[in-house]
Amino acid sequence: MTSATPSLDARPAEPSALAEISQETLALTKRLFVQLQRRPSTLVAGVLQPLIWLVLFGALFAKAPEGLLPEGMSYGRFLGAGVIVFTAFSGALNAGLPVMFDREFGFLNRLLVAPLRSRSSIVLASVLFITVMSLVQSLAIMVTAALLGYGWPGGGGLVLVLVTLLLLVFAVTALSLGLAFALPGHIELIAVIFVANLPLLFASTALAPISFMPTWLGWLAALNPLTFAIEPIRAAYAGHFSLSAVVLEAPYGQLTAASCLGVLAALAVGLFLLIRPLLDRKLT
Amino acid sequence: MGAMADGAAGGGLIELRDLCKSYGRGEKAVQALDGLSLTVPAGTLYGLLGPNGSGKTTTLRILCTLLAPDAGSVRVAGRDAIADPRAVRRLLGYVAQEVAIDKILTGRELLQLQGDLHHLERSDRNLRIAELVELLGMGEWIDRRCGGYSGGMRRRLDLASALLHRPRVLVLDEPTVGLDIESRAAIWTVLRQLRNGGTTVLLSSHYLEEVDALADRLAIIERGRVIAEGVPAVLKRALGGDRVTLRVREFSDADEAERVQALLKACEGVRQVVVNRSQGYSLNLVVEHDGVVEQLRRQLAAAELPVFALAQSRPSLDDVYLQATGRTLMDAELAVAGLRDPKAERKQSMR
Repeated sequence: MTSATPSLDARPAEPSALAEISQETLALTKRLFVQLQRRPSTLVAGVLQPLIWLVLFGALFAKAPEGLLPEGMSYGRFLGAGVIVFTAFSGALNAGLPVMFDREFGFLNRLLVAPLRSRSSIVLASVLFITVMSLVQSLAIMVTAALLGYGWPGGGGLVLVLVTLLLLVFAVTALSLGLAFALPGHIELIAVIFVANLPLLFASTALAPISFMPTWLGWLAALNPLTFAIEPIRAAYAGHFSLSAVVLEAPYGQLTAASCLGVLAALAVGLFLLIRPLLDRKLT
Repeated sequence: MGAMADGAAGGGLIELRDLCKSYGRGEKAVQALDGLSLTVPAGTLYGLLGPNGSGKTTTLRILCTLLAPDAGSVRVAGRDAIADPRAVRRLLGYVAQEVAIDKILTGRELLQLQGDLHHLERSDRNLRIAELVELLGMGEWIDRRCGGYSGGMRRRLDLASALLHRPRVLVLDEPTVGLDIESRAAIWTVLRQLRNGGTTVLLSSHYLEEVDALADRLAIIERGRVIAEGVPAVLKRALGGDRVTLRVREFSDADEAERVQALLKACEGVRQVVVNRSQGYSLNLVVEHDGVVEQLRRQLAAAELPVFALAQSRPSLDDVYLQATGRTLMDAELAVAGLRDPKAERKQSMR
């Protein structure tokens, strides 16, 4: 912003925006990691819960009838992709909680009286933190699943898995941050997270294939963003990591890995655009 | 630089003009500010005095760019806080009333974060932290987690974080509410040092003695407006005359009090003689100058009335407040004590 009045304080030319934004973003991100390091329960719980799913659910359906799953896949191997996505999803869904607590305890006001170069730094720090945390949790689950004998994607497959998870984490983080600014308090936010979590899991292809579902649920699952993340990862685990490979027979047609990733990317961009006016309003 | 350059722009370093702000809508709307104007000259320690709910916090939040006024203008050193908030944020350090601290960080980590948000260079930042830890006597605590801090230590940390970037203006909202005497004294000392070093300090308080002890200038705020403004000593002098409390006996009665009152009223240079029933029929009066007291003693002796106690005091800030608002600050406090809604206030401050 330019001003007609001569500069009154002794600052020389303004330092570069990039340097200032990275300084503030890094400082804010560091705070979140220090919090995590001193209170690691969220990280641990975020790995433990999917792990229990993997072991117990895997055991529950270990004797699933032959032919239920495509290509005679074992249930554990089928479930693995679902649990990996679920891990990243629930991790990212919590992204808004620290922001909500900062709003409630007034810490956000402390950030807002500082001359931040861009207030997007506050959002960016949350996104960075949650992305790293969700990916670490997902990798922990992948390693455990591999040790349980449920396989490991090859080199190219691993890239596909990580890209898929990244897109999903971005989209869900945007949603959660939006809720953190739209809802009145952490009680409401936790309630929404709680209510959204399990139904989205059940109405996806995490636990069972679409062919196993009644038509209405199949439609829901085929529209569920989690499914768009699960299927490319499942394909990567099965060794098909070509982007043009068909990964899902949806009621409305065939979906390739590329189209799944496209949907996730569009969702992430769309959600960030959607919450932007809200963030602008709350952060200025 | 400094006072001259800013003064030339139109008076004070801080210029608030005709601020209006209301919370809520319709019937429940509360007018927090109703045309408040304030000029704070550079280099002064300025006190905003008023009961809870009079609009002090809202004024400071608007000044610190946390809140947009419904109408009016805010300028700090010639910068418009509404058009260019970032320039104003760089000039200000703000110590809020509600202490927002990340309990899991150490004091030092919090200050480092604050330094980065102000884009200080690392070496400068660490130097500044060392200086402020020394100044505020936090050496023993700075590397411990904030969760274990006392109220006084938290407030000192808050003060340190507001001072980190060497602001030209320090804004404090009720800085010593609920603090122990030692912390209060420490904060008062630091505020005086800062003022002596050229920093402009603006603080709100509902403690008369705090404003009286600290402020070079003060404004009394009532219902979102400034109703009196000036140098405390001048305001007190303007009230004229000393306050005298007279007791002819330890416990007098109504008849005697009336007799004495009549006698006092007849004296030249005596005003506003009031019988205070709640204090054993003592008499409160205003004398225009010191000679009047001697005159009084002679007249009382001539009427063969004893003098059990005679206390003389200069007009206090409480008298100034009483004169301006028609009630004492304590009465004003009591009147609003039951009306506050902490939940609504917390919501107002939430983004």
